[in-house]
Amino acid sequence: MIYQGKQKIWSEYQKEIPDDHWFYVRSCIRQSFFPASEAHFVKIVRDVLGKDLYETKHHTTCGGIAYHSDTIPQETAMTIVARQFALMKEAGYKNLVTSCITSFGNYTEILETWREYPELETRIREMLWKACRREFDKPEYVAHASDLVYKFRNDIAEKAKVRLVNHETGEPLRIVEHIGCHYSKMFPHKGVGGAEYPCVLSGMAESWGGQVIDYPERRHCCGFGFRQYMVKANRGYSVSNTHKKFESMEPYHPDAIITNCPGCPYFLDRWQYVISEQTGKTYGNDGFGIPVFTYEELAGLVLGYDPWDLGLQLHQVAAEPFLDKLGVAYDPEAKYLGINKEDLLKPALPRVLKCF
Amino acid sequence: MEAARQLMRLGWEPVIVEKSDHLGGHVARWHKLFPDMMSASELVEHLAAGLDSATIYLKTRVAYMNKLKDGYSVMLSNGTGLQCRAVLIASGFSLFEAAKKEEYGYGVYDHVITNADLEAWFNGADDGRVPEAPRNIAFVHCVGSRDLKAGNPQCSKVCCMTAIKQAIELKELFPEAEIWCFYMDLRLFGKKYEDFYINAQKDYGVHFVRGRVSEVGEAIDGRVVLKAEDTLSGAPVKLKADLLVLMSGMLCNSDSASLAAMVRTEVDSDGFLRSRDNIYRINESRRPGVFFAGACTGTKTVPETVAEARAAALDIHNYLNGND
Repeated sequence: MIYQGKQKIWSEYQKEIPDDHWFYVRSCIRQSFFPASEAHFVKIVRDVLGKDLYETKHHTTCGGIAYHSDTIPQETAMTIVARQFALMKEAGYKNLVTSCITSFGNYTEILETWREYPELETRIREMLWKACRREFDKPEYVAHASDLVYKFRNDIAEKAKVRLVNHETGEPLRIVEHIGCHYSKMFPHKGVGGAEYPCVLSGMAESWGGQVIDYPERRHCCGFGFRQYMVKANRGYSVSNTHKKFESMEPYHPDAIITNCPGCPYFLDRWQYVISEQTGKTYGNDGFGIPVFTYEELAGLVLGYDPWDLGLQLHQVAAEPFLDKLGVAYDPEAKYLGINKEDLLKPALPRVLKCF
Repeated sequence: MEAARQLMRLGWEPVIVEKSDHLGGHVARWHKLFPDMMSASELVEHLAAGLDSATIYLKTRVAYMNKLKDGYSVMLSNGTGLQCRAVLIASGFSLFEAAKKEEYGYGVYDHVITNADLEAWFNGADDGRVPEAPRNIAFVHCVGSRDLKAGNPQCSKVCCMTAIKQAIELKELFPEAEIWCFYMDLRLFGKKYEDFYINAQKDYGVHFVRGRVSEVGEAIDGRVVLKAEDTLSGAPVKLKADLLVLMSGMLCNSDSASLAAMVRTEVDSDGFLRSRDNIYRINESRRPGVFFAGACTGTKTVPETVAEARAAALDIHNYLNGND
């Protein structure tokens, strides 16, 4: 591997990311899968980095899931997106930051479509006005939330309580990065580092002390892929995609996976349980899996937040072996205690995949 | 070089202006030429031998050219001024920059090279990317050719045959190696080309897979991992190779456009220089006294370039004698 070759490509795919004043739109499914990730993104941006991040309760889905599942036409998704832009205009913001990768792809695709077909934008303006009497301005900048964390990765590193280093051996932890398909595969120049060798996540991992692994199936889909999973008959295809990735990364012995998509951490995490039940195989050490983190969770760990406040107990794959490598203190008894110490009840443990 | 040789034979005094430190262009850096496996250096030496008394400026560029009443005033980068009655542009081509096809990993993975790198290695250059005893070698055809996304829709014409030639040369060096050529179409239009292709299969056992390589990665042992589709069997293909050779296509030399601008002739929609027509006046520009030869007007093989050089020399001879 020629690292300088990647650096040369990265230099061609750097996007302008404004410093401050962001209108934040949350993800539909991340709030169910990894609710603490968004909460900690807001906390890190506002409290640690001291930036202005605004959100409104009137924000809705962007329509991306329905659009990619062929249940609504693109014009409908465009009108929904136009309403989000109207909310942003009403709040006085010009920089949009999305939590969801599919939303980021959806917003980007719609803006590019309007750029090429301005008559369509005019039609959507009319439809929005008829539907809810709102008007919108297009955002000056659209970023994914991981772009912001990438931009401020070195500020986070300066404030880090732990680094991505094995605290016993001093060796950097081996990190697999996996970007969501809708981040830069549709529009490579809209993602930091492009589509083939993205550096939005690898840049974070390296800044925080980790060693990034490149492996043959790095670009392969996590297995979500909308129709692979949403059409029930295709779910075998979904898990086979994930299986292919784990077989490919296994020889590199990764310590963790970092992701920036709603679907990827969920499927890379949950399918490890399914693969272990189907084949008896696990990919971590001693019967554990490879923990899969959102970039907010990893940033939170680096900044010293409590693992259970970060929601790591909601992962199928146990995070404890990774926490032990980091040297992060945690209370095993508090794992399944929710807000106000409410007992969340311990889930049944899998037959093969080792968990706590 | 060939046009100058012919013009000298016809009694004229050509001046060759070459930007590099040697004559012969890409051919001078090539090893063997298809389909006869003729030595490229022998051809260049043969052409150069006829130019002993010619005026040649190496490491020199054309600074500007101005139209005179009866010819052109040419100022060179070394300060020399020339009064020429005709100008022959033979600025050739550039190779497509393979790193632009990021998915193939040129400049990123350890064992990915281009057709030009391989020719340099055949000629004795050290290249750590070529393993000592490769067992699997893959070629990807049409890298930056017939590729709208790369901004280069035209066929580069020579890559299919060059890949076959290079595969044969590698097979002769490494008889135990398996060689795989991934192609869109095989365009084997010239004399002996089809025979050459059949020999590559029958006598050398080169494998031809009809399908594009979608991406290249690197395995833990440093080998390159190719993913492709075999469109004839309708199946995805995955191959671990010790060496991957990218057949970089031809682009018009970027200097050609500035030369064209100096003499106010046109660049065609494909980026190459525009001939008077593409049927029987390919050597002629739309400006009086300005002629073309070789790959500055489009992708060409070596025999085509040599033939065009002779044709251009005759056109210039007729023009100078007032017989056009």
